[in-house]
Amino acid sequence: MLSATVRVTRDLDIAEECVQDAYAQALVVWPAGGVPSKPGAWLTTVARRRALDLLRRDAVLRRALPLLVEDDIAPPAEPTDAIPDDRLRLICTCCHPALARESQIALTLRLLCGLTTAEVARAFLVSEPTMAARLTRAKKKIAAARIPYRIPSAAQLPERVDSILAVVHLVFTTGHTAPVGDDLVRRDLVERSLDLARMLRSLLPDNADVAGLLALILLTDARRATRTADDGSLLRLADQDRSAWDRAEIGEGVALVREALHSRPPGRYALQAAIAAVHAEASSWDATDWAEVVALYNVLAQIWPSPVVALNRAVAVGFARGAAAGLVELDTLAAEPQLAGYSYLPAARAEFLQQLGHADAARLAFEEALLLTENVVERQFLLGRLASLGASS
Amino acid sequence: MSQYLILIYGDEAGYAGASQELNDEIMAGHMAFGEKNAAAIQGGNALQPTSTATTVRSDGADGFTVTDGPFVETKEALGGYYLVEAADLDEAIELAKQVPSNFGALEVRPIMVFN
Repeated sequence: MLSATVRVTRDLDIAEECVQDAYAQALVVWPAGGVPSKPGAWLTTVARRRALDLLRRDAVLRRALPLLVEDDIAPPAEPTDAIPDDRLRLICTCCHPALARESQIALTLRLLCGLTTAEVARAFLVSEPTMAARLTRAKKKIAAARIPYRIPSAAQLPERVDSILAVVHLVFTTGHTAPVGDDLVRRDLVERSLDLARMLRSLLPDNADVAGLLALILLTDARRATRTADDGSLLRLADQDRSAWDRAEIGEGVALVREALHSRPPGRYALQAAIAAVHAEASSWDATDWAEVVALYNVLAQIWPSPVVALNRAVAVGFARGAAAGLVELDTLAAEPQLAGYSYLPAARAEFLQQLGHADAARLAFEEALLLTENVVERQFLLGRLASLGASS
Repeated sequence: MSQYLILIYGDEAGYAGASQELNDEIMAGHMAFGEKNAAAIQGGNALQPTSTATTVRSDGADGFTVTDGPFVETKEALGGYYLVEAADLDEAIELAKQVPSNFGALEVRPIMVFN
């Protein structure tokens, strides 16, 4: 609805105002005359009519300058037809590479997911004025630098889709394990990322990376209900109740992974989703095909050489070939500067050290991991693991 | 259409130490950019190195201090610019990609329009 209105106003702020006006009007009209058969189309039509009214006034027209750039100045089609294209235009503008990643995420949540500025601020743990200033700065750049409101050319599209997927993935990972706070999972962010991935899938049905990301979100999110116990404490993959995993999400995710892996070479999201699928399809922790997991990480490390991938691969090696082999792999990453502040590295070392009977070294590693996470649920888990080692010898 | 300034930043030592072949190649790159985009290019210049720069700073009253050297000393300094016309930022970025930038990077800035 916002995206369709932006096509009329070509100014994000004015479009937002018009949409709010439309909702306000609905509150008055609907209770009296009944809810229309297509509420979304009704609201869009009202918002766009309001936008056209506003644009007829000179003062507002001046405020709208410089206009958002659009290729096609032709009158927009019927709202219902125009929505998919317009949403793709809007997400391409929000995730334009000329905007900072944090601005891309904020704009996407605000304008595509419809979160209020206060909600976006809460999601990223900044104050509302800070987030409002960030959004204003980003919108000013869109207008002043004339970041276009259009679907990129076929040549530009892959690079632009990468940027959009990175935003959606970051919204998901931030929600899946909140970096700070009392809850392990921020459901609101996970669900927004799922909505966005589904929207992209409907807009770009042939894109393997889109299929891969949607699969990754579904397969990871299928475990959501089992990642914490009733008291909110963290449960590892090994300890989760697999019968409570969401089978519908897993089925949909596995089908998408198969499709995404057809593209050559397979993309990073498809490979991550394939790894999640191995876990989702294993009947128990012990039945997990760790050799397959390691093989998938090997391919992933080639196309996406990141320290975090290397860390996950090292852990998988430990499960496939034993704690000693895992420890050797982990120690090759000890000097990696990007992992220096990452609690999972010492936490993984601690687990392997404990399995090998090195209780004192394991204790030190758990203590190191504790220094590196601010998430309350993760801290409780690590404290529990530390306590299980018993007193220092 | 909007105007953008494409600022060419680079390490001056890179240009000073470049071989004749590389210098010729960079010059040819600028010529090719100019010919291909003659309609979009509104102006452009290469600048003498920062060792020739003079900074003039007002004291806020009537006086000025005039000092030798650039306003800011940086490894990668402004070495030239193009003023171009483009429909939007994407088009300006496509133009910038064609400008030689061997020892640094290009910055694209929209020109402010006063109503």
